[in-house]
Amino acid sequence: MKIAVIVFPGSNCDVDLYEALHTVCHADVEYVSHKQESLAGFDAVMLPGGFSYGDYLRSGAIARFSNIMPAIIQFANEGKFVFGTCNGFQILTEAGLLPGALKRNDSLKFICKTVKLEVVNNQTAFTTHYQPGEHIELPIAHADGSFYAEKSVLEKLEKNGQIVFRYAGENPNGSLNDIAGITNERGNVLGMMPHPERAVEALLGNEDGLPLFRSLLANVKKEEEAAR
Amino acid sequence: MIATEMSSQEIKEQKPYLEWGLSEKEYDYICEKLLKRLPNYTETGLFAVMWSEHCSYKKSKPVLREFPSKNERVLQGPGEGAGIVDIGDGQAVVFKAESHNHPSAVEPYEGAATGVGGIIRDIFSMGARPIAALDSLHFGEINQARTKYLINEVVAGIGGYGNCMGIPTVGGEMTFDECYTGNPLVNAMCVGLMEQKDMQVGRAQGIGNAVMYVGAKTGRDGIHGATFASADFSDEKETQRSAVQVGDPFMEKLLMEACLELTNKHASWLVGIQDMGAAGLVSSSCEMASKAGSGLELILDNVPQREPEMSAYEIMLSESQERMLLCIRAGFEENVKRLFENYGLEAVVIGRVVTGQQYLLKHKGRTVADIPVSSLTDDVLEETSQEKVPERILEAQRNQNWAPQISDVADTLKKILQQPTIASKKMFTQTYDSQVRTNTVVGPGSDAAVLRVRGTKKALAMTTDGNGRFVYLDPKIGGKMAVIEAAANLIASGALPLAVTDCLNYGDPNDPEIYWELHQSVLGMAEACRTLDTPVISGNVSLYNENNGEAIYPTPMIGMVGLINNLKNIIPSFVQHQDDLVFIVGRTRADFAGSELQKLLTGDIGGSLNEVNLKEIELRMTKLLRAMEKGLVESAHDLSEGGLAVALAETTFGTKYGLNIKTTLSGEELFSETAGRFVVTVAPEKKQQFLAEMEDEAVYVGQVTEDKQLKIAYRNGQFGLDLEAAEGLWEEAIPCLMKSKD
Repeated sequence: MKIAVIVFPGSNCDVDLYEALHTVCHADVEYVSHKQESLAGFDAVMLPGGFSYGDYLRSGAIARFSNIMPAIIQFANEGKFVFGTCNGFQILTEAGLLPGALKRNDSLKFICKTVKLEVVNNQTAFTTHYQPGEHIELPIAHADGSFYAEKSVLEKLEKNGQIVFRYAGENPNGSLNDIAGITNERGNVLGMMPHPERAVEALLGNEDGLPLFRSLLANVKKEEEAAR
Repeated sequence: MIATEMSSQEIKEQKPYLEWGLSEKEYDYICEKLLKRLPNYTETGLFAVMWSEHCSYKKSKPVLREFPSKNERVLQGPGEGAGIVDIGDGQAVVFKAESHNHPSAVEPYEGAATGVGGIIRDIFSMGARPIAALDSLHFGEINQARTKYLINEVVAGIGGYGNCMGIPTVGGEMTFDECYTGNPLVNAMCVGLMEQKDMQVGRAQGIGNAVMYVGAKTGRDGIHGATFASADFSDEKETQRSAVQVGDPFMEKLLMEACLELTNKHASWLVGIQDMGAAGLVSSSCEMASKAGSGLELILDNVPQREPEMSAYEIMLSESQERMLLCIRAGFEENVKRLFENYGLEAVVIGRVVTGQQYLLKHKGRTVADIPVSSLTDDVLEETSQEKVPERILEAQRNQNWAPQISDVADTLKKILQQPTIASKKMFTQTYDSQVRTNTVVGPGSDAAVLRVRGTKKALAMTTDGNGRFVYLDPKIGGKMAVIEAAANLIASGALPLAVTDCLNYGDPNDPEIYWELHQSVLGMAEACRTLDTPVISGNVSLYNENNGEAIYPTPMIGMVGLINNLKNIIPSFVQHQDDLVFIVGRTRADFAGSELQKLLTGDIGGSLNEVNLKEIELRMTKLLRAMEKGLVESAHDLSEGGLAVALAETTFGTKYGLNIKTTLSGEELFSETAGRFVVTVAPEKKQQFLAEMEDEAVYVGQVTEDKQLKIAYRNGQFGLDLEAAEGLWEEAIPCLMKSKD
């Protein structure tokens, strides 16, 4: 089992994802440059946070034209697991792998703090190690995290159980339906604004992100075994 | 542009150099002694920037020599991009601070952003990975629209740059006083981590080796930024907007990753590397040549340019951001080009190291400068400045100090918690990414920020501190207190203070009273640094901080980094368990001059400071650190603005606990700001061991309670304060002021 962490120019949470998977979860991880065109040999793909291409245009709008993107889209279409946090989530929406868009926060400011979340759906490959309806806390760190989608899209997201994480209590950015993280219809692509990779060590004061990585690793392994 | 340049003779007659900050005496010295001819337009410009205070420290140098700069841990002292200190295991910590006061007063977003960008480049130019950023910000009172604008934009600029770079902004300070209204202080500090084997220097040597330019193209922005920083503001003078640069953090992120790959993986290609900071290409190139005693020839036509028809003068003096200068071993130029291309960056050979010691610039087939390297870097006329004790100091010594009288202690505490300098800064600090790179164990809002060193048991603690009020009342004692305050913040987090970087922010040094303030405060800081064995390894001087002839408080900022040998010994600032015992470490005196209490009750500060006993404080801090390392301390918080009462309240904020305190201090003394004190909590079973360790330095005053009440019985009364309400006041004070209409 091997996991890819994509590095776009301007990615800056790539190290954090790598360390969470490698040092804490002891998974086999590799950085993959945005210049690559293939994801052969990888079982899951992670898109890190940061400011790809400086995000001087709409966040993620340029990264989605990277060389690696067709491979990521194909990877997702094959039903393999794709995860994006923060800028990664923004890129996934820009690339059309996830519905909706992420607008500037209501406060118009970058916000870095720990927020309360509800695990709305623990039946995805990314959340099986959480309890249904479990309340957790994860850090956010973004300026463009206000999730927006048309009413019909929101209704579909609700109906299909695609809303995986919801802000519980305070909604920090103005996201519609308090949405913090969603999957695609098939459930193999997850995008979320909070940073689970920042919450995997007791030393840093929070381990609520750990079950996400454990879920994913366990489910990748399960798929592997099923394929055999 | 070139067509309009004055001839050497015209320069001599029309004296444009006066506008650029060069004096007639300096110009004559250059003509008669250094060159023995008249300098041309470009050469005169080179002298003007290189001899500015910002680049040459010609006024402050005699004073800066007072600082200790070495001990057995220091691997690199002042003179390079940043100082370097050994932290064991073949690793080192690298840090420096820099001011960007003048640009931030004119264009606060870009001024602050490029201040952060510049200090980050200084760190990675040493071969170190930047791991944290801090700041020290001083503004006017939050009572006018302009000040709110400055605050919002400076904070946004700091966040905008650091967040995009992926370098966590983990700490800092923010104070508010009338004197900073027209001239805010924006000081940024960056801390980096490196393997000692990767250490780099800014040197250009080895005849035939290439001088390579990497990063952003050169434009007309920031020309004369260094000169601009060496003059004061006034309403009459048109503000020099062209002197403020524009930052591009994405470019810098790419540049940083490329430079780190070069320094850490291809050191054999590299001779030297330096940031193009103040005075851009001229300062970086001639400093690199000067340090190695080399000659240099640059072909300016090869410098990547953003705008057409730039003159030699403009190319050399531009302060465009996100540029680095490399000296590359001959034969490896193509390797370097390919490395940078991989990051989408251009690396261009713009010159060579040549025989002799001349600084040769060629442009459009002409030699535009041919002067000795050392004339720019070493021959600057050092200035001896006049000093005079300010009348306010003499008068304060003649008068008796102000003695406060408080009728309602609880009410006073509530009011002090809402003073902007003391109130929560969360609305600003939460716009900074303080966690990226996932090493931040303790972020903003504590005494010091603490970051673990990945793969080791070690952690680094860091802080910035500067209290202009004390330095204004007594520069020497205030200088000592600034160092003590920084050290106390590190000690409170469980760290051994290692070394210091500083930003010395003062008014116009030509005023003998201001120069006296600078000199005296440096003497005080130097003495404290010697006592604490924390050498000053890097720093910067910012003079001419005046607006319409009114100087700021003399405000030296101390940036200090400390080492925690074991992650287990990181001490939180907040109380941890019910029934833990509360101790005050250090004696409290009647220190009210310059205090937050004096400001609150009288609207101003005044009086004279009591001497601080450095040796006594150093011994006390050593004992406390030893007790911490033995696992005897649950939490510690240093006492600073607002004194004991504020510190006690603060240690409970964000927790579910309260405190029950009984002390022999008077109600007024609860707000005294005696330096070098701590409030410490200790588990009940460790009381005897803790007291034995601290000898007579710790006094038991109460315990941690489960209700959110602060109950204090003092010598002449008692009160109870609802801590949830108090925390609300503390947290809402600044948001409320920022929102209010003027």
